[in-house]
Amino acid sequence: MQYKIDFGNTAWVLMSAALVMFMTVPGLALFYGGLVRKKNVLSVLMQCIVALSLVSLQWVIIGYSLSFGPGKGIWAPFIGSLDWAFLKGIGFSASPYFISQPEARVPHLAFIIFQAMFAAITPALIIGAFAERMKFSAYLLFILCWTTLVYDPIAHWVWSSDGWLLKKGVLDFAGGTVVHINAGVAALVTAVMIKKRSFHRITPPHNLPLTLLGGAMLWFGWFGFNAGSSLAADGLAAHAFVITQVAASAAALSWALLDRVFHRRPTILGAATGAVAGLVAITPAAGFVDIQGAMIIGGLSSLICYYMVIHVKTRLGYDDALDAFGVHGIGGIWGALATGLFAVPAVQGDYSGFFAGNHHQLWIQFVSVLATGLYSLVMTVVIFKVVDRVIGMRVTPQAEAIGLDVTEHNERAYTVIE
Amino acid sequence: MKLIIAIIQPHRLEEVKEALYKQEINLMTVSEVLGHGRQKGIDEFYRGAKETGNLMKKIRLEIAVNDNFVAPTVDAIVQGARTGEVGDGKIFILNLEECVRIRTGETGSVAIG
Repeated sequence: MQYKIDFGNTAWVLMSAALVMFMTVPGLALFYGGLVRKKNVLSVLMQCIVALSLVSLQWVIIGYSLSFGPGKGIWAPFIGSLDWAFLKGIGFSASPYFISQPEARVPHLAFIIFQAMFAAITPALIIGAFAERMKFSAYLLFILCWTTLVYDPIAHWVWSSDGWLLKKGVLDFAGGTVVHINAGVAALVTAVMIKKRSFHRITPPHNLPLTLLGGAMLWFGWFGFNAGSSLAADGLAAHAFVITQVAASAAALSWALLDRVFHRRPTILGAATGAVAGLVAITPAAGFVDIQGAMIIGGLSSLICYYMVIHVKTRLGYDDALDAFGVHGIGGIWGALATGLFAVPAVQGDYSGFFAGNHHQLWIQFVSVLATGLYSLVMTVVIFKVVDRVIGMRVTPQAEAIGLDVTEHNERAYTVIE
Repeated sequence: MKLIIAIIQPHRLEEVKEALYKQEINLMTVSEVLGHGRQKGIDEFYRGAKETGNLMKKIRLEIAVNDNFVAPTVDAIVQGARTGEVGDGKIFILNLEECVRIRTGETGSVAIG
């Protein structure tokens, strides 16, 4: 059957795909790049741009088919088949996937490239955990294995029409589980397994203006991430847009407030981190909650992530260098559960959460958090061990002391003379 | 009075500072410099263009001390900065003719500490 392709919706989804691309490079790249020491900034930028490029190719070759392709037999709920490898037979047809506009769809290719950007940013988020100490060759193999064996199956569970979590009724509007919990848990695993950076004490971020610039670009791109996930230029997209803005603002302000209360001064790093935490938390909820819900989710996301980053991480002593787990993992888990709490039928009639009387939804959200987290944890451990055996994950202590920009890439970000 | 100038590896600065504090030497000037010794620098590539023998980043410490502090200062720097690899740096010790504390106008040994 041929569905009608809508021009306005297509324009918005293509634009959104470009916005999400912008989140990885330069958004995330600068956000992370500003936080590392200046001898390692290029290594982080390189990891980001390579994640985007590598995953984009993997996506059109097999990734999209494994994630969204029609499943086969008993495997159908867990992984797609290879029927759409190299995007075979897709042509200019309408997308089988839609959210709110079944009669006014986008081209299948627009959906594919929109989803490609999600697949690309997810492994890039993990970089924050192992920054400043991973060998570049090991990174390439790790990312390729991880996106194929971890991201693609989980995307299938949650978003494919055959997926078992989708059929269970999980609410994940724009990828809180698939992107943020998934990457966050992998970040925790890699931070623990690659061990701490060898430094005397924690040095301050080398360029906070870059971090704020990157954080703001993430915020900007997130409108594509969330409002684009409506797959139509309609009321739901506008709703997600507004909700995203509200949650990010509430979170940026509340993190700055926490800084003021506990460390005497509101900080730029705090406001930027808070905004990202709020954006992470609102991602699964953007199409299901109202304004009040968004304020609560955003505000509390800062409180929860702040506690994790400042207190729990220091107590447990793992070196999640740029807080990929503390912000994306924890913010993602909070967002997924909060969607089950605050979803209201006033937004999308079919979906409601705990406080709207649908108590069971919270349980479904909990199951999806647990399933995603456990799968990501186990698979990341396995992939890490294999890559460590084959290539070796960590650079030599000498290379770490000199800095990865020079040792891994033969370049320097900043010259001292001229 | 002596002026001690030390060129060390940037990543050893914290260890050197700590070793100096243990000897109660709390006064120093630190700057970021470029240089290389027998290490011969490193090659960098920009769009294929090779830049050979590029200078390595180093840290330069300047510490002015009275004579009885020279040995402890040098010991502390060596202890903090040594990794055993080429590129650990050098220490230069110079005679210091005069020292003036700007705030009070004091000169000589009293002005140093």
